[in-house]
Amino acid sequence: MTSFDAIIIGGGHNGLVAAATLAKAGRKAVVLEAGAELGGAARTEEFAPGFRVSSVAHLLNRLHPDVVKTLELERHGLRFSRADFLPSVALSKDGPPLVLHGAYGEVLTGASASEQSAWKDLRAQLLRYAGILKPFLSRRPPDLAGMSMLETAALGQAALSLKKLGKEDMRDFLRVLLMNVADLLDEQLTDDRLKGLLAFDATLGSHLGPRSPTSLLGLYYRLAGETGGAAGAQMLPKGGMGAVVAAIRAAAEQADVAIRTSAPVAKVIVEKGRAVGVVLDSGEELRARTIVSAINPATTFLDLVGPREIDTGFVRKVKNIRMTGDAAKLHLALDRPPQFAGVDAAGHKGRLVIAPSPDHVERAFNPSKYGEFSSEPVMEITLPSLADPSLAPDGACVLSAVVQYAPYQLKEGWDAGKPKFLRAVMAQLESYAPGIGGSVVHAELLTPDDIEARYRMPGGHWHHGELQADQMLISRPVSGWSGYDTPVDGLFLAGAGSHPGGGVSGAPGLNAARRIIAMKG
Amino acid sequence: MNHQPTARTLAQSHFRTLRIGSPFQPRIDALAKTQDWYNWAGYRAPHSLWDEELEYFAIRSQAALFDISPMTKYRIEGPDAEAFLDRVTLRDVTKLKPGRVHYTAWCDDEGFVLDDGTLFRLSPTRFRLCSQERHLPWLLDSAIGYEVSVEEETEAVAGLALQGPTSFAVLRDAGFAGVERLKIFDLADFPHDGETVTISRTGFTGDLGYELFVHADKALSLWDRLMAAGELRGIRAIGYTALNRARLEAGLIVANADFTTAEHAIRADRLRMPDEIGLGFMIDLEKGHFNGRRAILEARARRKLRHVLVGLEIEGNIPAEHAIVYHKKHQEVGLVSAAMWSPMAKRNIAIASLTRPYGDTVVEDLWVEIYAMRELQYQKLMKRAKVVARPFIKLDRRTANPPADF
Repeated sequence: MTSFDAIIIGGGHNGLVAAATLAKAGRKAVVLEAGAELGGAARTEEFAPGFRVSSVAHLLNRLHPDVVKTLELERHGLRFSRADFLPSVALSKDGPPLVLHGAYGEVLTGASASEQSAWKDLRAQLLRYAGILKPFLSRRPPDLAGMSMLETAALGQAALSLKKLGKEDMRDFLRVLLMNVADLLDEQLTDDRLKGLLAFDATLGSHLGPRSPTSLLGLYYRLAGETGGAAGAQMLPKGGMGAVVAAIRAAAEQADVAIRTSAPVAKVIVEKGRAVGVVLDSGEELRARTIVSAINPATTFLDLVGPREIDTGFVRKVKNIRMTGDAAKLHLALDRPPQFAGVDAAGHKGRLVIAPSPDHVERAFNPSKYGEFSSEPVMEITLPSLADPSLAPDGACVLSAVVQYAPYQLKEGWDAGKPKFLRAVMAQLESYAPGIGGSVVHAELLTPDDIEARYRMPGGHWHHGELQADQMLISRPVSGWSGYDTPVDGLFLAGAGSHPGGGVSGAPGLNAARRIIAMKG
Repeated sequence: MNHQPTARTLAQSHFRTLRIGSPFQPRIDALAKTQDWYNWAGYRAPHSLWDEELEYFAIRSQAALFDISPMTKYRIEGPDAEAFLDRVTLRDVTKLKPGRVHYTAWCDDEGFVLDDGTLFRLSPTRFRLCSQERHLPWLLDSAIGYEVSVEEETEAVAGLALQGPTSFAVLRDAGFAGVERLKIFDLADFPHDGETVTISRTGFTGDLGYELFVHADKALSLWDRLMAAGELRGIRAIGYTALNRARLEAGLIVANADFTTAEHAIRADRLRMPDEIGLGFMIDLEKGHFNGRRAILEARARRKLRHVLVGLEIEGNIPAEHAIVYHKKHQEVGLVSAAMWSPMAKRNIAIASLTRPYGDTVVEDLWVEIYAMRELQYQKLMKRAKVVARPFIKLDRRTANPPADF
């Protein structure tokens, strides 16, 4: 039997990043993936004959530069070029769309001159403020109980960069930090299309409307990400999100990481307060000094470790992590590319957003509070096969959309609700791309219920825990245990449920591996 | 104005009785000559009934009947009850056999004591946990992942402590056949008034004694049965003041008197780990995981245990209640939480919490400052204190088998 220093549970991108980073530091690591395929919610899958699509995550906008560098992902086939940066197109029923070009709207077209100038100022401000928070992404959250010199210094750096803003800007940073995005947009902008787009981006993937307090944080989180060195830039990876995972996998394998698929872990073995191994569903037992769980934190503790091996207070905290998703994923196999009204060819290759105003987003959010889906959903749409014809048969087209709001706990249940929600989504699409309904060869709608079952994401939440102020930084996944280590010695968390959160960033996996290396685990 | 009570206001009338009576209240009220009441967990309980000195001596010379119904009681039942309690409490519950009782304590995640109490194993799958404070939310959250039910039965079950040298004889004369077979910390069921009463050889006095639990509706008939049987054996109902003295002689601590429980402590330095209140002996690191294990191990390894609870013997005969403890007469090192002149030990005794190393490795040159009020003037006494072992008294009759007949 081969013996390992580290067992990584979960072959999603964070698990692979953690494994590769540990292996590069000399640990013998094995990744155990429950599914037949690696990648978790970042795969490229065939959903209809000849049609392939990025499963849940479809846009790359926050893969952390340290991950790219540490794993030398560019050597393993990942390319980031300015030419690949996608525009964001704010669709409108009443007239031409508004387009943010380059890295999150370096250039804005389709808006008035005064709006362009207002956007320039707001964009600079948003990036400046997101920049303050950015260094936190690649570190452990500050440990208030016992901060090391290095951590204190890092926190001091953040304070310094805050101070560097200047007095007025610093005050404004603190003023707006926990604001709702709608109020901030109303202060500075007038164009509903632009405001709608930003309101959508701020609330994407969370149970918040633009008028919910702290909703601005979601926008900062987005803009703290970067692609090819440009903050806020987004791209569609060639070959779909599965190609990103393939590059990470190649890096891991080159570092001699052993990878096993269809190897679901049933249990983490704990002896005298220390995790010493895992038992697979098959009954096979593997032991190692370090166990890294890159799956959901609640699944890790309540199912794999079990409440019996941890303290009651910790069980309470884990059970209280809010993680019910509100986003659905739509995959359409179309017999021809759709035509969104008023959008040019370049725009069709970009990110198309239906969120005509902050009010519209807010109204879409409202029913989700009461267990109902939006009758006029908001969504971001990509047509990945336009730039990457390998994803669809000749002349055909793939549409991939993230649709909100679709509450996990739908009152009527998703069995009954899903066909109705699909009709609402198609009606919405039809009004922006007339005729699209007639070109649908196959439609696949993944509700949070489906996402939960298919990708082992409890609540169907791609952040593995709602990403809001009370579940961020030192409170992620739970207060007191935000630094990747856990109350069980030798057991670490490395998934999106840990700081900084979800999205294809690799940051939780990288930070966790760094922590393990620092602890000589 | 219409003052007819509606169903709603009737249902809310609980607040009109600020301190409720126990199932024994009619009997206790009839004996309460001093009308000296206090609030025990929301119940109207007697400090004393007729004379606290004589009540104390009833414990030591006769048989004393003390109502323990206000004690918080939980019924814990299910196939996982043993495993559940093993995780919640400090001691190894797998070693507690059916028909046995043990004294235990439980901690939060940080290893701070939430309470101490007694655990009765009524059957392989059924337990009763008795404690000072209430813990239902904690116990229910602790039950996640276990096949076990936890129910509060404080109101449903009445309890009596029968303590003192003639207590066995009283039970025997009351017709509880086989009670002589109970060894210390044993329990068994006996028929009573068409139901059963659970009798355990336990108590809070360091004396020969028993505790009896019965359904609340059989409380009065049990009381009457014991009183009738005990008439010629000097049975007396007593209040808490007398019991409190007996427990101090026995060296037993009281939650929120001798230490502050974790959920009640407001100030961070008032929290106590088991090792800091003399309960370190309960910690079983060989058994499976239990709440606070990690924190306790870390505190031991990093020498973070800052306090120690000790027994003191103080020169003179003035009780040092709540006196400050000094090292070399000037450095403040702790506080006395309970103190008395012990008629049994013939010593001036106290329980105190000290800041380590005092009371731990430094036990010489300790003093207590007693403020004795003498006709509206404090007489300050600086008295030498010696750290001594608890219990302060040890009575052979407590554990003698068979229990002695008096």
